[in-house]
Amino acid sequence: MLLFTVKRLLMLIPVFLAISVVIFMLVHLVPGDPIDNIIRVGATPAEKAALVARYGLDQPIWAQYVNWFSKMVQGDLGDAIILRRPVADLIAQNLPHSLALGSLALVFSTVVGITAGAIAAIYRDTWFDRGVMTVILLGSTVPSFWLALLMILLFAVTLGWFPVSGARTASALVLPVLTIGLGGVALVARVTRVAMMDIARRDFVMMLHAKGVSRWRIELGSVLRHAMMPVVTILSLRIGWILGGAVAVEFVFARPGLGSLLITSLNQRDYPVVQGCLLMLAIAVMLGTLLGDIVQAIMDPRIREGMK
Amino acid sequence: MALRFLWGVVHTPRGGASAFVLMLVIACALFAPLIAPYGYALQNLPGSNTSPNALHWLGTDEFGRDLLSRIIHGARTSLTVAVTAISISVVVGMTFGAIAGYFGGMFDRVVTAVVDLTWSFPEILIALILIAIIGTGTESIIIAISIAYLAQFTRLTRAQVMALRQETYIEATVNLGAGHFHVIFRHLLPNAITPVIVAGMLAIGDAIILEATLGFFGLGAQPPIPSWGAMMSSGTAQIFIAPWIILFPGAAIALTVISINLFGDALIDALNIRSRLRDV
Amino acid sequence: MALLTVSGLGVTIGTLSPLDDVSFEAHKGEILGLVGESGSGKSLTAMAVMGLLGRIGGRVSSGSILFDGQELVGLRDSSYRRLRGKRIALISQNPMTSLDPIVRIGAQIDQVSLLHLRLSKPAAKARSIDLMQQLRIPDAETLHRAYPHQLSGGMKQRIVIAMALAADPDLIIADEPTTALDVTIQAQIIQIMVDLVRARDLALILITHDMGVVAQACNRVVVLYAGRVAETNTTQAIFASPCHPYTASLIGCIPSRDQAEGTLLGIPGTVPGVLNYPKGCRFHPRCGDAMQVCARTVPPTTAQPTGSVACHLHEVVT
Repeated sequence: MLLFTVKRLLMLIPVFLAISVVIFMLVHLVPGDPIDNIIRVGATPAEKAALVARYGLDQPIWAQYVNWFSKMVQGDLGDAIILRRPVADLIAQNLPHSLALGSLALVFSTVVGITAGAIAAIYRDTWFDRGVMTVILLGSTVPSFWLALLMILLFAVTLGWFPVSGARTASALVLPVLTIGLGGVALVARVTRVAMMDIARRDFVMMLHAKGVSRWRIELGSVLRHAMMPVVTILSLRIGWILGGAVAVEFVFARPGLGSLLITSLNQRDYPVVQGCLLMLAIAVMLGTLLGDIVQAIMDPRIREGMK
Repeated sequence: MALRFLWGVVHTPRGGASAFVLMLVIACALFAPLIAPYGYALQNLPGSNTSPNALHWLGTDEFGRDLLSRIIHGARTSLTVAVTAISISVVVGMTFGAIAGYFGGMFDRVVTAVVDLTWSFPEILIALILIAIIGTGTESIIIAISIAYLAQFTRLTRAQVMALRQETYIEATVNLGAGHFHVIFRHLLPNAITPVIVAGMLAIGDAIILEATLGFFGLGAQPPIPSWGAMMSSGTAQIFIAPWIILFPGAAIALTVISINLFGDALIDALNIRSRLRDV
Repeated sequence: MALLTVSGLGVTIGTLSPLDDVSFEAHKGEILGLVGESGSGKSLTAMAVMGLLGRIGGRVSSGSILFDGQELVGLRDSSYRRLRGKRIALISQNPMTSLDPIVRIGAQIDQVSLLHLRLSKPAAKARSIDLMQQLRIPDAETLHRAYPHQLSGGMKQRIVIAMALAADPDLIIADEPTTALDVTIQAQIIQIMVDLVRARDLALILITHDMGVVAQACNRVVVLYAGRVAETNTTQAIFASPCHPYTASLIGCIPSRDQAEGTLLGIPGTVPGVLNYPKGCRFHPRCGDAMQVCARTVPPTTAQPTGSVACHLHEVVT
C-alpha cells in the first residue's frame, strides 16, 4: 500500500513539472512587454532597465524558469505587483477560507449525493427517484452564481437567516456551501444512481440473491460498495470543478478566498498572484486525483496489485 | 428518414416540450428586434426599477430599460457566443482527435498529454486564464470558450476513432491501399460524428452558462449590449429593491439549458448512443 | 416421492410469455438434465425455481413448483430467502463473474453458513476450508484469504460449488456450469458434481446444451424447445431411441468417431425468439418430418414407456 502511494506520488512529478511550465509561460504569452504592466507611467529607460534586471527578465527564458521554479519550491512565489506584498502571504491569507468552503462543500456533496443516489436507485421509478432526478437536472443546469443570488434572496434578504456576504461568522459559510454543494450533490447522486443500477445487474449480485442474502444487505453492503468506485473516480477528477464553482460563489458572496483573489488579480493583470493561485489550484487538483487513487486501491484488491 | 427520426424525438413528452422552448429561444435570437416590445437600450430613468406590470411584463432595470426586451436581445448574445464557440471547438477538436486517434505516435502522445492535463481543470478556469491573456469582449470569450471545450471533443473523437480503427472493415480498407485521407474522411469521421455532434449540442448548454458566468464577472459583451450574465451582474446592486432583475435573466438561462439537456437526452436515447458517450 | 415437482409452469416477462406449460420432476440422488439450445428457456426455469424471476422483471403466471411438499409459487420473499442458499442452491453459468471481485473468497463461502446455519466465524471458516479440501482445491487455507482474480476459471467454479454446498442443500441447480471453462476442466467439474450427488444424496438439475455432458452425467433428461418441453425420458432411452425429431437432431450434434472429419452437424435454422414463436408445434419450421397438422395445433404430450413426448408423430390416434 505504501509502495503504491509512493509510486503514484512519483508519477505526479512530471505532471507537476508540465503544469509549472504552463503557468510560468502565462506571463510571457501576454501580448506586450511584461515589464510594461509593472512599470509606472513615464519611467526613464534607466528605471526600466533596473526593473528588468530585478525581475531577471534579461536572462534567457529557461534560466528565468529555473530561477522561478527553485524559488517556488522554497515557497517564494514573488511579489504582487498591485498589492505590493509577497504572493505567498496573500495565498496564506486566503487559502484557509477556500479550504473550509471547499472541504465542507465536498463533504456535503458526497454525503447527501450518495444517500440520495442510493435511495433513488433502490426505489427506482418511484416519486422519490423522479424527485432526485429533477434535482439532478436542476443542479447541473442552473448557473452557480444565479443559485447563489437566489439563496441570498431567499435566505438572507427575505428570511434573514444567514448573512448576505462576508466570512466573519460560521453561519456565513452555510449559503456558499449549499450553493457549491448542490452542483456536487447532483453529480454524485447521478453517478451513484447509474452505478448502482448497473452493478445490480451483475452476475455476482444475482449470486448473492441466490445465496439467500437479504435485499437490503445486498444493496447497501455490496452494490453500494461497488458503486463507490466510479463515485470516487468522478469526485477525484472533479475536485477542480468544485473549486471552479467556488470561484464564482466566493465572488458573489464577497468572501475572501483563492477564487476571489484570482478574479481580482485577473482583472488587475497582477500576474504573479494569478500564477500563485493557479499553482495552488493545480496542486489541489493533483492531490485530489492522488487521494482518489489511494481510496480506490484500498477498496479494490485488483487495483492494489496493478491488475486493472 | 431524417424528418421521421426528428418527429420520433419530438413526439416524446420531454423531446416535444424541450424542442418547443428551444424553437422559442432561437426565434428570439433570430428576430429579437421584431419580437421585443422596446429597444434594448431605451432608457427611462423616472421608470427605473419598476416591478412587473402591464406595460413592462417583467419590470424594468436600474435605467428603466424593459427587462423582457433585454432578455429577448440577450438570447441573441448568448446563443451567438455559445453556438459559435462550440462549433469552432467541435471542428478543431474533431480534427485533432481524428488525427491523433488514427495515426497515433508522437502527435497522439502530445495531444493526449495536453488533453489529460486540461481535463482536470474546470472550463471556467481555463477560460479565465485565456481571457487574462487575450483580453475581454465578445470575440475574446468566444475564443476562450472554444478552447476551454477543445479537450472534451478531442478526447471524444479520439476514443471513437480508436474504437473504429480496430473494426475489420477499416482494417480491410487500409490493407486495400486506400489513402489515409480517404479512410479518415470517408469512413472514420462519418461513423464517429454522431456522438460528437450530440455531445456538442449538450455542450452548448454548458457554454451558455459559462458565457453568463463570464458576463457576470464583467468580462463578456460590453454595455449596453445585453447579455444574460451581465444583466444579473448589474442587478446585484438592486437585489434588495428590484430582485426581478436577477430573477428573470437567470430563469431564461435555466429554462434554455434545461431544454437543451432534455432535448439532447431524448436524442441520445433515440440514437441509442449512450454507451458511446459514457466513458469519455 | 419427488423432491421437486414442477407442473404446468408458465413464465411471463412484461407482455411476453417465454415459458409455458413446463413440467418435470427431480429426485434425490439423481441428476436431471435440462437440455436445449440457448433461448429455449432453461435458465428461466432455473430462475423460476430459485424465486429470482422478479430480479429480471418476470413472474410465474401459471402452474406450480412443489419443493419437498411446499408450494413455492406465491411464497413470500422472506420465506423464499430462507430456502435459497440453504435448501436450494445455485451454481451459475460463469464462474468468472459470479464471485464478488473485491471480497475475499473465504468470506464469500463463509457467508452462506454464517447466514443459514448460524455458525460462529471460526466454525464457518473451518467448514469452508473443509469443503474446499473435499473439492480437491489445493492449499485451501491460503486460498481462503485470496481474491477471485488470483484464481483460474476451474478453481473459481470449484469455489462457486463450495459456496453452493456450504449450507448442505437438498437441491442444486447448476446452470451451464462448464460452458465458460476449458474442455479438460469441464470433465473434472462434471465428475465432481456426479460424485457429490452420490455422496450426499443430492438432487441436481444440470442445465446444459451439450448432449455429451448429458450422456456423461445425467439419469433423466428434459428436452426444452422454445419454452416448451419437447420430450422427457431416461438418459438411456433418449440416446437409444429419441422420439422427438428435435431430440434426435440434438444427439446428431455430438461429434462421433466414425463421422467424417469436417462434417460437424448442426440443426438448420435457430431457436425462434419469444416475439415470434410459431403457431402449432414450435419446432415445425426446422423439422425434417413436419406435417400439415404441425403448423396448426400444439402437439399434446403423450406418455412413453419411461417418459413422454410432445410430437404429432407419436400422437395416439383414438
